[in-house]
Amino acid sequence: MSRIQRWIVFCLFVLGSNTVFAAPDSALLKQLASDDFDVRLAAITQLGSQEDPIAKRIIEALDQDTLAKSGDQLLIYDGEKAVDPVSGGNIAVIPANIENISLNNQLRQALDTAKASAKLFSTDRSTRFAAANQMRENAVESMLPILDKALATETDADIKQIIGLASARIRLTSTDPKQRLAAAKKLAESSDANVIALLQSRLDANTDSTATESDNEVRGEIALSLQSIKKRIKFAESVGTVFTGLSLGSILILAALGLAITYGVMGVINMAHGELLMVGAYATYVVQGVFRQHLPNFIDWYVIAAIPVAFFAAAMVGILIERTVIRHLYGRPLESLLATWGLSLVLIQAARVIFGPQNVELANPNWMSGGITLVGDVVLPWNRIVIVAFAAFVLVLIWLMMSRTRLGLFVRAVTQNRTMAGCVGVPTGRIDTLAFAIGSGVAGLGGCALSQIANVGPAMGQGYIVDAFMVVVVGGVGQLAGAVWAGMGLGLLTKFLEGWTGAVIAKIAVLIFIILFIQKRPQGLFALKGRFVDS
Amino acid sequence: MRTPFLVSLVGKLGPSAWLALSGFMLLTLILIPASHLLLDDGHPLHISSYAITLMGKILCYAIVAVAMDLIWGYAGILSLGHGLFFALGGYAFGMYLMRQIGRDGSYQSDLPDFMVFLDWKEMPWFWWNSDSFGWAMFLVILVPGVLAWIFGYFAFRSRIKGVYFSIITQALTYAAMLLFFRNETGFGGNNGFTDFKRILGYDITSPGMRTILFCLSALLLVKVLLLSYVLVKSKFGRVLTAIRDAESRVMFIGYQPLHYKLFIWTLSAIICALAGALYVPQVGIINPSEMSPANSIEIAIWVAVGGRGTLIGPVIGTFIVNLAKSFFTVSFPEYWLFFLGFIFIGVTLFLPDGVVGLFRKLRSRFKKSATDVSVSHKEAA
Amino acid sequence: MSYVLDSNQPKPDGLNNPENAPGEAGTSHILVPGEVDLTHNVILYLDDITVSFDGFRAINKLNLAIDVGELRCIIGPNGAGKTTMMDVITGKTRPDSGRAFFGQTLDLTRMSEPEIAHAGIGRKFQKPTIFEHHTVFENLELAMKADKRVWRSLFAALDDSQRDRISETLKLIRLTAHADHQAGLLSHGQKQWLEIGMLLIQEPRLLLLDEPVAGMTDDETERTAELFVSLAGKHSLVVVEHDMAFVEALGGKVTVLHEGSVLAEGDLATVQNDQRVIEVYLGR
Repeated sequence: MSRIQRWIVFCLFVLGSNTVFAAPDSALLKQLASDDFDVRLAAITQLGSQEDPIAKRIIEALDQDTLAKSGDQLLIYDGEKAVDPVSGGNIAVIPANIENISLNNQLRQALDTAKASAKLFSTDRSTRFAAANQMRENAVESMLPILDKALATETDADIKQIIGLASARIRLTSTDPKQRLAAAKKLAESSDANVIALLQSRLDANTDSTATESDNEVRGEIALSLQSIKKRIKFAESVGTVFTGLSLGSILILAALGLAITYGVMGVINMAHGELLMVGAYATYVVQGVFRQHLPNFIDWYVIAAIPVAFFAAAMVGILIERTVIRHLYGRPLESLLATWGLSLVLIQAARVIFGPQNVELANPNWMSGGITLVGDVVLPWNRIVIVAFAAFVLVLIWLMMSRTRLGLFVRAVTQNRTMAGCVGVPTGRIDTLAFAIGSGVAGLGGCALSQIANVGPAMGQGYIVDAFMVVVVGGVGQLAGAVWAGMGLGLLTKFLEGWTGAVIAKIAVLIFIILFIQKRPQGLFALKGRFVDS
Repeated sequence: MRTPFLVSLVGKLGPSAWLALSGFMLLTLILIPASHLLLDDGHPLHISSYAITLMGKILCYAIVAVAMDLIWGYAGILSLGHGLFFALGGYAFGMYLMRQIGRDGSYQSDLPDFMVFLDWKEMPWFWWNSDSFGWAMFLVILVPGVLAWIFGYFAFRSRIKGVYFSIITQALTYAAMLLFFRNETGFGGNNGFTDFKRILGYDITSPGMRTILFCLSALLLVKVLLLSYVLVKSKFGRVLTAIRDAESRVMFIGYQPLHYKLFIWTLSAIICALAGALYVPQVGIINPSEMSPANSIEIAIWVAVGGRGTLIGPVIGTFIVNLAKSFFTVSFPEYWLFFLGFIFIGVTLFLPDGVVGLFRKLRSRFKKSATDVSVSHKEAA
Repeated sequence: MSYVLDSNQPKPDGLNNPENAPGEAGTSHILVPGEVDLTHNVILYLDDITVSFDGFRAINKLNLAIDVGELRCIIGPNGAGKTTMMDVITGKTRPDSGRAFFGQTLDLTRMSEPEIAHAGIGRKFQKPTIFEHHTVFENLELAMKADKRVWRSLFAALDDSQRDRISETLKLIRLTAHADHQAGLLSHGQKQWLEIGMLLIQEPRLLLLDEPVAGMTDDETERTAELFVSLAGKHSLVVVEHDMAFVEALGGKVTVLHEGSVLAEGDLATVQNDQRVIEVYLGR
């Protein structure tokens, strides 16, 4: 609802404010049947200020799309029988020219507000909460008595706060300077971007005179409130940026962890690593298809089932890569790089042939959609929260594997000194394959996670190999902890830079940063120091 | 200073090399131009403008491949960002070509079409003097050269090498591609530069101009080959391969590898840029996709297929891969990536020295078996 | 900290000890930048050097002085810090604290590897590192003392005197017959010799040799010892070696390193009879 329309509504109510709490008079009913949009809007809004069965009945009818008119007469008509909205009794003779009173978005919004005013007194907390939220932005002056009544009876502090803000928003335009002052004070607790606009309009001299605050004390209070709201929103936005940074960091970590393992152990950059992400994502897609076909009741849980599938699918491809190519190029890292690049081309083309060149569609399960509203417009989506948690989970698993199992011990040994490890009986060949399988599997897990937030297509992996490698470089080769810190750091840095430079410049800036960083710390954040390092 | 080198060059290059070189020059500078310009369309020996453009394009690629071989084959530095220098050379010359369109663009403006489209009122500062051919050629060398020098200085100074260096160069070209995709960067965004009309006032699509560009490409390739030959046969070249094989040893006997790497790296970038500047007027378009990492890594495979560490190898490899590409993309477009992918794998696994290496191996085996045969003959007698 | 056996050994203040620089004391001399100043007859002086890797002290407050023309052997158990010490001297590793002087004026801890090599320190690695794809001749050519900047290398051509020097060196290291062979095809001992040859043709004032006779036959070892003894005087040599027979054959002063500092110093017999040295070598 735009501001000007709101003012029109307000004006209408100033005229008819006596009607509050009275039964809807015939004029109001006529207004509902009017052809004029603004008149209808005002009528619907006014319905919300009234607490009687007739208003309730009409609102219900509007909501169910059964309110109709025949000429000037309002009636509720569901296709079979017609009911008189005032008396509630059936109309025996159904008039011929029945026209449905339809709602557009704006009217729907007003209706929701009107409904909400009734729901403010519901016994269910969540209903009241939703209603209060609806009122917060949309309540109009005529609803003040209802709001005050609700404020008096409400026991829940959160809801009370919201209703208080709604009432303050209205009182900001009161004729009584004291009320305005109190309202301005109260609004300082808001964190709504719309409130900023509202307060600002009270200060701006160039809007029409009724809208501009004249009292200096109130002006001062409004300015103070503005400041504190802006501060709060800014804080919320930084929290939001930190969160998106964390979620990007988690993705980078998922992509880089596997690479850190394979690069650390074998000193080989697997350029097809990004395609292992793709394999994981397509595995998730296949699992989704199987669930849709055979287990439609459990479709919400397909992602969970896809996790092991993605891991093993990618691990299998990884073993294939290691056995057929990388093993034969040991000690020739640049050639391995080229050969694995060739593999990535083959995998991309294979995905195109099997699944088609277009992106495939993956649906978020219900429990992953939506998000936590932090403040105002800042929402933390569930799918990203889940990914951060998932990355942490994978990290813990890998950490346990590396520090607690014999395999982890061997992998660490080979990473530090392959020859020596071989001499003391570590089966380096088998460790290579296993480490490669695990690294690839982790990439598959990353792909499974990515499928929930990014497009899944044949070329999806290409963008990640460079980023993942940067994480490994910054973190220090063979250092899982390094990969974690670097992933998080780069994720946050990228998102913060994006805030004020845009995505492309941010990406370039991060790259330059990495090059400069390597000047200072050629071995990365967590360097393996000693004589063996650069042999 | 130069004469003794040319003299020694004549001495050093064997007769077969001179024969091959003059054969190549006869073919590219006389026979092909003559066939394109003098024979009718219907004549069986006529070379169509498509064919001459394709060959000119591949010649430019071959120059890039030789530049790549200088740093990868001889200095052991695998760059996955050489496409960037190629494209920068192309863009620098493309600016000149855009200005040569003059008012013949669709908006009939002094500004290039894309600027009118973006509602720009005047040219950005870096388009200054872009209507001068000399300045364009200067930029072709300067911009990639300076960029390569700065990047190389920082990378080599901190002793980034091997896979590290490769990936960082890849990131470099990737970042540049993103930058050039933006409209605000001032190089035509997605679409890049195209619809060229003239060079130095002459029609760019005329058979004569096509032939001249083709001949220039062939000449540049020959020059680059000769220059590379001098370089790799000098003490400089020996230091370079020594750095490739044992960098720390080179340092401890008193050479500063940084300077050597920086020299060959910058030179290689400039050669790429020159090839790019010749490539753009022949294909008639330059856009940011030339900077995609996939393009740069493909250069490496041309070199690998032909045989790195040899000078003729990259040229042969470029022709093999690109002719195959022309064939596949026309006849079996779905299989091209499979084919390319398997070339990458197959060459690294089974042909580490490329086609040239294979040829040498076969020849030595043939010679051996020939001597074996003669020995057994004697024994029999 | 360090236990000095030989009381004649220059102490850390030996730099200014006139006894070590007979005839030079008091005479003024002109300092040439980049030139090694040997006025006090000490070519290398390590002053309180400490290097640690992740908390482990590979070198711990090491003090060491080498005289001009001296042949010094350094022995010590594994992990005593011998190779790390060479890394510090040649600029490969930067010490956490302390300084290393070449002559009186050049602080090695502030110079890059090529600068140090240029100043006149040559190093032979534990594992022979030569240019395997170059011929033996080219290996020597690359190592030969010359202007090693890029531009010079582009236009460099060997003159007769340089060719003579290479063939002399070839003769000295007995590889004349292999001059045109790829260095990678040489035997292990021959590679060791080639590396020594590369070191000599570099004309360094100080040679650092890390286990130079590892993998050599007895005959070759003997010849190497003879060569080193003949070099002493003209050059200063620091030899790290485990082979006691070889150390004995060299006959110079011996320094024992242990846990990153000097444990004992003196001639071989004295050192071998030192109680601490015996403890370190035979278990504690």
